Amino acid sequence: MTTFDPYAPSRETTEGTVFSVTGGDWDSLVQEIGSTKEERVVVNMGPQHPSTHGVLRLILELEGETVTEVRCGIGYLHTGIEKNMEYRSWTQGTTFVTRMDYLGPIFNETAYCLAIEKLLGITNDIPERASVIRVMMMELNRISSHMVALGTGALELGAITPMFFAFREREIVLDLFEMISGLRMNMAYIRPGGVQQDLPEGAIPKIRDAVKQMRKNFKDNTSLLVGNSIWLKRTQGIGYLDLAGATTLGITGPVLRSTGLPWDLRKVQPYCGYENYNFDVITADTCDVYGRFLIRMNELEQSLRIIEQALDKLELLEGAPVMVADKKIAWPAQLALGSDGLGNSLNHIREIMGTSMESLIHHFKLVTEGFHVPAGQVYQAVESPRGELGAHVVSDGGTRPYRMHFREPSFNNLQATSAMSEGGMIADIIGAVASIDPVMGGVDR
Amino acid sequence: MTDSGMFGARGTGDTSGYGGLVRTAASTGSSERPYGGYFDEVADDLERAYPEFSNAIERVVVDRGELTLHVKREKLIEVALILRDNLKFEMCMGVSGIHYPNNEGRELVAVYPLLSMTNNRRIRLEVSVADSDAHIPSLVEVWAGNNWHERETFDMFGIIFDGHPGLTRILMPDDWQGHPQRKDYALGGIAVEYKGATTPPPSDRRSYK
Repeated sequence: MTTFDPYAPSRETTEGTVFSVTGGDWDSLVQEIGSTKEERVVVNMGPQHPSTHGVLRLILELEGETVTEVRCGIGYLHTGIEKNMEYRSWTQGTTFVTRMDYLGPIFNETAYCLAIEKLLGITNDIPERASVIRVMMMELNRISSHMVALGTGALELGAITPMFFAFREREIVLDLFEMISGLRMNMAYIRPGGVQQDLPEGAIPKIRDAVKQMRKNFKDNTSLLVGNSIWLKRTQGIGYLDLAGATTLGITGPVLRSTGLPWDLRKVQPYCGYENYNFDVITADTCDVYGRFLIRMNELEQSLRIIEQALDKLELLEGAPVMVADKKIAWPAQLALGSDGLGNSLNHIREIMGTSMESLIHHFKLVTEGFHVPAGQVYQAVESPRGELGAHVVSDGGTRPYRMHFREPSFNNLQATSAMSEGGMIADIIGAVASIDPVMGGVDR
Repeated sequence: MTDSGMFGARGTGDTSGYGGLVRTAASTGSSERPYGGYFDEVADDLERAYPEFSNAIERVVVDRGELTLHVKREKLIEVALILRDNLKFEMCMGVSGIHYPNNEGRELVAVYPLLSMTNNRRIRLEVSVADSDAHIPSLVEVWAGNNWHERETFDMFGIIFDGHPGLTRILMPDDWQGHPQRKDYALGGIAVEYKGATTPPPSDRRSYK
């Protein structure tokens, strides 16, 4: 180094010369790097980088613009959710799991609650209305999640307009979530034994309108991207991963389906009554980013179909219970919307505070201590927007999980980054990672 | 470890105030034939394809409609290869650790959920080892996707997967002390350092004791 450059200071390490890049210093940086004999450059991308889908760190080994090695650095969003859940009751756990994969909270909650219900042996006692609401919420959630995947994926590849459209659609879904659960994200709406509360009055017509609106809106992104020659050049043949690679790496979800295998847990291992809905499993046979993009686009319509069928079922199930009948498990308070927001229903408060001491004791025991879950372990998987989301739950017979583990599809699928990107160009890593659609909250938990 | 746990939790860390119950959750029972469903077929196929079945499989447990094969760790790779190649369990959905501190000689457990897409079946493998000898052969050679999962289980439980291509911490920082998801590792109690300033852990900031 001849002169000191404040924007690109370099220092010598045992690994070689390290440059710190702060932007606006490319000329001097190129000069510096050019003066060294080594062709190989190691570049650290992220964890704070607009194109790495959150706090993902990529360590790239480059020769020119060709990527020779990619490694992922993760853990920047580790919050110890699994550990924390061992210290909270089974019901409280829903508020933790909903924060893992924050783009698919309903899926986390459903996997967790289905696992608890399996441990309790009450899988068949869940009221049908609760299951139908779960399915409807999951499919709405799939739409909002795919919208972020498509919007940010397009944005990272330089297309800004699709992001605006995608977030417009996502907003419609989040508004529905707000109407139904009171929250737009992290709802903790699915609870062991059913759902937190029934749909509010007038929800079904509003959801029907939203479905109609979304079906119309989806055409905007379709006409922008499908067949767009720039988009095709950035996505076709990029991030290639075939069936053999996907299987050995444990890849599921749209990435697996882009190899042509119609593997969708909703079809092959149905839960929540998915066997009663008509929908298609979307596949592609291109094994590339474009195929995964098309799968997500087409899954939107399938989700809308399922939502419509769920709404039809809900109309027939008007007034049916949404929580398991067993009062030793069902949350005691019936929630109601008051002038100050959602809370315990006044009728329930009147009962426990005014008329029935037994009800008060029951409420107190269930809320503070929680219910006991018989000892044992189960593994329950659901098809999240990113693939197989598995909940491995171990109970020791107590009121809290003994051990919780989530098999997160983002965590697993991110391992495919190297296989998809090595040997390609540096710009194509972005497309490959975006097509995996990792959510770092889920990866790191 | 110097931390005392968040919110003053001691012993079992039961925040409900009710528990006071210490249970050892590990079950020791074994299921009898017939197992029901496709489980008998899986067991038969494995027995036929793997002559050492009775030696390698310590227990077969069927509980809540799920089949668990408890495998001796010396035989884990052999069993895994037969399950993958002969019984078509193409996918391993990772590995999850469990810590039973009171289960002497078998304190650490690794649980592998397997999936067969060909036959649409699921089973589970379980391997138990002693805390003092926490070594399990790595299955990365059998299912490459287990790489990160094994790193996570090492990170959180301290189980050493022999033969793993690069067994380093994955979620916790590289220089972290201890394995956070073990039962003897208290919740919280870790100070946060940011740009030279240290924020004490919540358990020291307020008292909920």
